[in-house]
Amino acid sequence: MDGDRRGRRERFPYGLAHLGLGEVEREISPEEPPPLAANEGLRLIGKDTRRWDARAKVTGEARYTVDVDMAGMLHAAVLRSPFAHARILSIDLSAAENAPGVHAGIDLVGAAADRPPAVVRYVGQPVVALAAESRVLAEEALRLVEIDYQELPFVIDPEPAGRPDAPVVYDLSEVADAPSAGLPATPRAELLLGNVLGPGGEHESSDVTAALEQADTVVGGTYRTQVQTHCCMEPHAIVASWRKDCLDVWMSTQFIAGVRVELAEYFGIPLSRVRVRAAAIGGGFGSKSRLGLYGRAAAGLSRLARAPVRLVYRRDEEQIDSGNRSSSEQHLRIGANRDGTLAAISLVSYGNAGIAFGAGVGFIATGLYRCDRVAALHSDVFTHTAPSCAMRGPGNTQGAFALEQCIDELAERLGMDPLDLRDRIDQSTVRREERRLGAERIGWHRRSGPGRGAGPIKHGLGVAQSLWPALVQTNAACEVRLWRDGVVEVLSSVQDIGTGVGTTLAQVVAEELGLEPDQVRVRIGDTEYPSGPPSYGSRTTASITPPARTAAWRLQESLLRAVAAAWQVDAADLVLEQGRIRLRGDPDRRISWREAAATLRTDRISAVADRTDDYGGFRSRAGDAAVARGELGGVQFAEVEVDTETGFIRVQRVVAVQDCGRPINPRQVESQVQGGVLMGISYALLEERILDPRTGRVLNPNFVDYKLLGAGEVPEIDVILLENYQGLSASDAYGVAEPSNIPTAAAVANAVYNAIGVRIRSLPMTPATVLRALGSLSGEDR
Amino acid sequence: MDVADQRTGERPEAAGLVGPGPVPVALRVNGELRRIAVEPRTTLAEALRGPLGLKGTKLACDHGACSACSVWLDGRVVASCSILAIEIGDREVTSIEGLASYGALHPVQEAFIAHDAVQCGFCTPGLVMSCAALLASNPRPGPDQVRAAISGHVCRCGTYPHVIRAMRSLAGPGGAGHGR
Repeated sequence: MDGDRRGRRERFPYGLAHLGLGEVEREISPEEPPPLAANEGLRLIGKDTRRWDARAKVTGEARYTVDVDMAGMLHAAVLRSPFAHARILSIDLSAAENAPGVHAGIDLVGAAADRPPAVVRYVGQPVVALAAESRVLAEEALRLVEIDYQELPFVIDPEPAGRPDAPVVYDLSEVADAPSAGLPATPRAELLLGNVLGPGGEHESSDVTAALEQADTVVGGTYRTQVQTHCCMEPHAIVASWRKDCLDVWMSTQFIAGVRVELAEYFGIPLSRVRVRAAAIGGGFGSKSRLGLYGRAAAGLSRLARAPVRLVYRRDEEQIDSGNRSSSEQHLRIGANRDGTLAAISLVSYGNAGIAFGAGVGFIATGLYRCDRVAALHSDVFTHTAPSCAMRGPGNTQGAFALEQCIDELAERLGMDPLDLRDRIDQSTVRREERRLGAERIGWHRRSGPGRGAGPIKHGLGVAQSLWPALVQTNAACEVRLWRDGVVEVLSSVQDIGTGVGTTLAQVVAEELGLEPDQVRVRIGDTEYPSGPPSYGSRTTASITPPARTAAWRLQESLLRAVAAAWQVDAADLVLEQGRIRLRGDPDRRISWREAAATLRTDRISAVADRTDDYGGFRSRAGDAAVARGELGGVQFAEVEVDTETGFIRVQRVVAVQDCGRPINPRQVESQVQGGVLMGISYALLEERILDPRTGRVLNPNFVDYKLLGAGEVPEIDVILLENYQGLSASDAYGVAEPSNIPTAAAVANAVYNAIGVRIRSLPMTPATVLRALGSLSGEDR
Repeated sequence: MDVADQRTGERPEAAGLVGPGPVPVALRVNGELRRIAVEPRTTLAEALRGPLGLKGTKLACDHGACSACSVWLDGRVVASCSILAIEIGDREVTSIEGLASYGALHPVQEAFIAHDAVQCGFCTPGLVMSCAALLASNPRPGPDQVRAAISGHVCRCGTYPHVIRAMRSLAGPGGAGHGR
C-alpha cells in the first residue's frame, strides 16, 4: 500500500526449503503484489486443504457433461468406417434422415457429389452423425445410411508401413491436412517419403559417429513402446445448443476457453457469442484438449436441428477414437568416457501416431544429461490407425523408457552406481537432491548386483528421472470479487479436471485476504468468466495462481481505500489480518470483514489480473504459451519382485520425489503424483491397444480386454515434494501432472533388470515378455 | 426371461412377457417407492439416471467391468449397468444419493474428503458405495480387505492409495493394518 511496497526491486525466497532458503532480488512491476513468503511463514498456502468440490463428488451431486439435460435435447450417434482404408464414392443420408425420431444428419467426411471422393483411413473413423430423439433411435437410423465404399489396401503396423511398397496413408498433397498428435504443429510435407515423414531433428551433430567410435564405452539398443489409451472415466461428451445466433455448449474438455475459440472460428461467429461450460470433468490426460470432430459434429447437428444435441461416446468409441499415446521404436546409443562423462548420444527414433503426425519421443534424450555431441533424428511413420494425441508427458514418457535404461546399462558397464553416474552427468541441483532424498527413503543401499538371490522370486531396485518444461499460459486471467455482504468470489474459466485447481485458487485468495478457503466461493469452468488456461501441459497452476493472487491483492487495496475513506484515514495505515481490518496504532478502530465490505459504495467490487510474464522473463514464448526458465525435475525409485517361473512382475514400492516449485496444497499434489505413478506402472506392465492385423480393428476396446492396473496391484507409494522457490511469479508455483508419469516405466524396467539380470526393452512388460527374456538367459546358462 | 422358451425356440406366450414398449415398474429407491415406465431392456443404471433423475450413479464402461455404477440391492453391491430395472422386484435400491442421511455424510464420505480420495470424481460414487458396504459387513477392515472390496473398480486418476488410507482411518486404533 505504501511507498516501499511499490518499489521496483523486491527480495524473494530462493532455493530448496529443506536445505535452508536464501533470497533473490527481482525487479518487478508496481502492478505486482509484494513477494510471497515461503510456505513456512504462510497460513494456508502449503497446508493440506480439503478439495473444494470433494463433497459434491462423494455425494454424487457433482454434475458432469454426461449429466446435462435440456428440454428438447436430441441425442447424437456416429457412424464409423468399418474399413481401415477406403474411398467413399457416395453417401446417401435420405433414408436415415427420414427415419422415426431423427431430426438431422451430417456428413463428416465431406463426401459431397461435387468434391473428389473422400477417403477414410482407419477403422472407426467418423463418417456420419445423426441426431434423434433418443440415442437408440439415432443408432437404429445409422443402419439406414447408405455408403458406397471402395476398399483400398492398408497397413497398420509401422514396420511394414515404412517399406517402399507399403500402401500410403497420405500423398504429398494430403499430408498437410493430417491431424497433429503433438509437436510440431504442422507437418514438414517436404520430408514425406511413402509413409515416413522425416527424418528431422533439431539436434544434428555430424561428429557424433566419430565420437561414438572413439568413446571408451558404448551402450545402446532398440527400445519399443506400445500404444496406450487414455481411458478417461467420463467419456468424451458435449451438449451443444444454438439459441438464435449464440452457441451454448457444455463439454467435458481440458480447455473450455480454447474450445470457444475453435467453435467461433469454425462457425465464423464472434467469441462473445460462444459460451462453453464444464462443471465437473471426468478426467482428460491429454485426450480432451481440443474441440475435435465430434464437437463440431454436435454443434453442427444442433444448428441443423434447431435443438440442443448431446453426443457422448460409448466406451468402445472412447477406446478406439478419442486419441492415444503414440508408439515408438528408438535406436539409442550412448558413448561414455571411463569417468562416466558422456561423449556422444545418438538417437534414431520412429513414432507411430496412426494417421496423425507428431509422434516424437520428446527431448529427454537430448536434454536430461550434459553431452556436447548429440544427434537425434526422428521420423513419424503413418499407419491406417486412429490418430494419437497428447497423453500425460507426451514423447518424454516414451523417451525416458529408452534413455533411462541406457543410462542404467552404462552405469553397470562402467562399474558405477546409477546414482553416482547421474551425479556426474546431470547438472540439475534439484534432481541431485531428489536422488539423495529418494535413495534414503527407499533404502538404495540394499541394492545388490543384478540377478542375484536364491529361489524363483527375485527382488530389484531401480531409479529413473524425468524432465519436463515449466510451461505457462500467458492468455490467462482471474477475477476476484467482493460483494457488499462480505462474500468473496474467485472467477476464471479455468476448468478442474480432477487436479483440484479450484482448491488452490481458494487458498491463494484466502491467504491474501486473511480469510479461510471455504469463505471463498470458487466459480470456474465457464467462459463467461475471465479466460483461464488449459488443463494440460502441467501449466494450469503456474498460469492461474499468480493472477488469482494479484487480483486478490488489488481487491484488498480497493477495500482498504473504501474503509479509509469511510474512516477518513490514510489507507496506508490500515492493516488486514485474520478477517479484520484495523487502524495501525489505534486498537479501538477495527472492523470485521463483513463490516468493511458494507462500506462499499456499490453492491460489488472486482479486480481482474492477467498472467504477467515471469519476473525476469521467460526462456521462450510462442503465441499464448511460454516456457519458464526453471524445469520440473523428478526422480522415481521402484522396488519390484519378479517371479521367474510365471513371469509376473509385482511393483512393491515406489518413491516419487518431485519438484513443482511452491506446493500450494501438498495433499492434492500427492494425489496427482500417485496418479502419475500408477498410470506409469500400468503402462509399464499391462496396457496395450491391440489391433486385428487382418482388418485393422481394435480388438480390446473395453475395460475387460484392455488391462488396467487395479487396486490389488497398487504398491506403496511415497511422495516426497520439494519446496523449490525461484521468485518467478506472484505465486512461484508450477505443475506436476506430467513429470510424475514420465519416469515410472523406466524406473520399473531398471528395477526388473536389477532383479533378473535381463534387460527388457519393450513395453508392456507382460509375463510373456519376461519369460521370453528369461528364456534367452537360461540359454546362456548364467 | 424364460430360459426354457428360449431353448425350444418357440415364441413364448407366457403371461409374464412384457415389452418391447415401456412397461410400468415400481422400484424402492433410497427409501421411497418410485413408479416409472421403462422399456424392458432398460438397465437399473439407465433407470436411475433417466426417469428417476438420480445422476450420481455413473456409467463408464457399460460392461460390468469398472464398477463406477455400483449401487446396493438390499445392501449388497451390484453393477447397475448389468441388471435390468424390471428384474429388481421388491429389492431395496440404495444409490449414492441415498447414502447420506438427513444431510449428514456417511463416514466413508467424510473419510474420502479428509484423505483426498477424490480426483476427477467420476468413479467416486461407485467406490464410496463399495467401501460403505464393506464397512457395514466389517467395521474394521484391513488394507487387504479394502483392496479386495475395491478390486473391481477402475479409477484412472489413481485415487486407490488415498481410498485405502481413508478406509484405514475408519478402522480405528487397533484396526487391522492401522499404522502400517
